[in-house]
Amino acid sequence: MKILVGISKAPDTTTKIKFTNDNKEFDESGVQFIVNPYDEWYALVRGIEIKEAQGGSVTTITVGKEDVDPIIRKALAVGADDAVRIDSEPKDAFHVASQIANYAKENDYDMVLLGKETINYNGSQVGGMVAEIMDLPYISNASKMDLDGNKATIVRDIQGGKETLEVETPFVLSAAKGMAEQRIPNMRGIMAARSKKLEVVEPVDAEELTEVVSYALPPEKGDVKLVDPENVEELVELLHKEAKVI
Amino acid sequence: MADKFEAHDYYMMDEFFSDEQKLMRDSLRTWLKQEVSPIIEDYYERSEFPNQILKGLADHGCFGPYIPEEYGGPGLSQVTYGLLMQELERVDSGVRSTASVQSSLVMFPIWKYGSEEQKKKYLPKLATGEMIGCFGLTEPDHGSDPGSMITNFKEDGDHVILNGAKMWISNAPFADIAVVWAKNENDEIQGLVVERGMEGFETPEMKGKHSLRASATGELIFNDVKVPKENVFEGKKGLGGPLSCLNSARYGIAWGAIGAAMDCYDAALKYAKERTQFGKPIASFQLQQKKLAEMITEITKAQTLTFRLGQLRDEGRATPGQISMAKRNNVDMALKIGREARQILGGMGITNEYPIMRHMANLESVITYEGTHDIHLLITGMDITGINAFK
Ligand SMILES: Cc1cc2nc3c(=O)[nH]c(=O)nc-3n(C[C@H](O)[C@H](O)[C@H](O)COP(=O)(O)OP(=O)(O)OC[C@H]3O[C@@H](n4cnc5c(N)ncnc54)[C@H](O)[C@@H]3O)c2cc1C
Repeated sequence: MKILVGISKAPDTTTKIKFTNDNKEFDESGVQFIVNPYDEWYALVRGIEIKEAQGGSVTTITVGKEDVDPIIRKALAVGADDAVRIDSEPKDAFHVASQIANYAKENDYDMVLLGKETINYNGSQVGGMVAEIMDLPYISNASKMDLDGNKATIVRDIQGGKETLEVETPFVLSAAKGMAEQRIPNMRGIMAARSKKLEVVEPVDAEELTEVVSYALPPEKGDVKLVDPENVEELVELLHKEAKVI
Repeated sequence: MADKFEAHDYYMMDEFFSDEQKLMRDSLRTWLKQEVSPIIEDYYERSEFPNQILKGLADHGCFGPYIPEEYGGPGLSQVTYGLLMQELERVDSGVRSTASVQSSLVMFPIWKYGSEEQKKKYLPKLATGEMIGCFGLTEPDHGSDPGSMITNFKEDGDHVILNGAKMWISNAPFADIAVVWAKNENDEIQGLVVERGMEGFETPEMKGKHSLRASATGELIFNDVKVPKENVFEGKKGLGGPLSCLNSARYGIAWGAIGAAMDCYDAALKYAKERTQFGKPIASFQLQQKKLAEMITEITKAQTLTFRLGQLRDEGRATPGQISMAKRNNVDMALKIGREARQILGGMGITNEYPIMRHMANLESVITYEGTHDIHLLITGMDITGINAFK
């Protein structure tokens, strides 16, 4: 199996979020970036498992400037064979998807694996767009994948349950929790990553279809109001009149 | 409780480390949080070393990170070694001790003073954790003054006959080999490798420690042990042999102690912001802020001192005096932070819900082994005055 895995950066979950440029841009200064967990723990590791079981290769692809190289090195340390970086600022989903689709088309992969979303923007758009541009089947939110020859049996998480699908390669898949287990890079993997190829590729023309108007932080959490357990009426009253949830 | 530790880097020291160094450190941290933090209190309480973590420690490069690749190590820098020791001690000084002994006290002398055959025989297996080593220098009657040791060996054909006893030996109860320092027939100190199973060699465990409980400590007893001559280090004679190992280990301890201090500070800072008394978080009281502010100041000073020491060591220029200064300063700093941090947590501070009391108790060993707090001051004193105040 020849596998392409999308890897993107995301801020560490403990990051204090700030904005600049009139609240139009996320302020990256001082932010610690990690590999987007859905990409790393699920898409990448499942790709590596398939390669280990039946041979083939795992290439990672990232749209970004040089600052994402440490993230890519980590993916290589986890066990990808080589990496591609499309040298372009990843500003909107269509732009990113166009870059990935173009590279994937030219290089003929059996599957393109992505995380179901990034943990910062939660857009869940790239996978669907990549599949559409490539004219391939798209399986989103997949939590399990078994392979038999070129036929994959895939379990998807759907509202309140699960859906099982069969699809033949090639296809595009976005991975959710359950697809695989996190692999922490060990010393051998980190050292091996040194000599793995990281190819930088010029982007293709692809417009940005969206523009950020502004970002806003969620409102601060208010104080907790304690209600005496005996006083159910007051609780109901508060939920109705103040919280307006019943 | 899940390990929610966040590292503290007030002076942005991380900018001095390469991406690869940070990846090694952070990967080790992630692994420790998943595999070691959840079990360490239990092993500490039972006074047992968790043997199942040896392979993971090896996989993350904690055994001989600076040993060259030709002998099975990753051939990394001294700064990287320091960063790994810092992560280990952040979780437990006992875990760091096991790695320090394996790296600096067992692999280091074999690499520096062993024959080519010894290096090929032992180093690759020590790097993977397949083989665990210990280091026997201290004796029941000779601690700070190891030069007066009585353990000795005599030649006997193609063997030497080893007699004597060592005490306080970390990893001894389960080690496969021991690097032992003993006097030869010319009264010179020389190292040799003693293997488990050699007749007359025993390693009884020492019980009753109130400190470093998650590390196994024992004695080494030698009753006419027949050791093949090829196990003797011919490359070095005199006290300088063991002292160079101690330098390497002390350097790692200087980094490790910062880890323990950071863990205590991190727990205290979080607790102080969450715990409310008199209607306010206790972090809003000046007395508590003073403690926290002084802690991060001391941690930051230790980080800068130790990084510089790491640079010097990588350049082969760090002196024993400089290493003594950092070991002494950092362990003392960590111990003081442990005590202050414990108070910030009030009663909770003495429980095993938090790591502080364990770190504090551990650091009482760390401030004593590898040269006591006093001895390091004497080393500095001798270095700056040129006068020996030991005897
Ligand atoms: C948990 C643990 C693990 C250890 N692991 C190992 C190991 O793996 N291998 C090993 O070889 N050893 C090991 N040690 C031994 C350790 O290195 C010794 O305990 C240490 O060197 C001190 O020796 P001592 O305990 O005999 O104390 P002593 O040397 O008797 O010292 C007692 C006190 O006297 C002071 N003192 C001594 N000489 C002077 C002087 N000249 N001037 C002023 N004050 C002085 C000391 O500072 C100390 O406060 C370990 C110890 C512990 C506690």
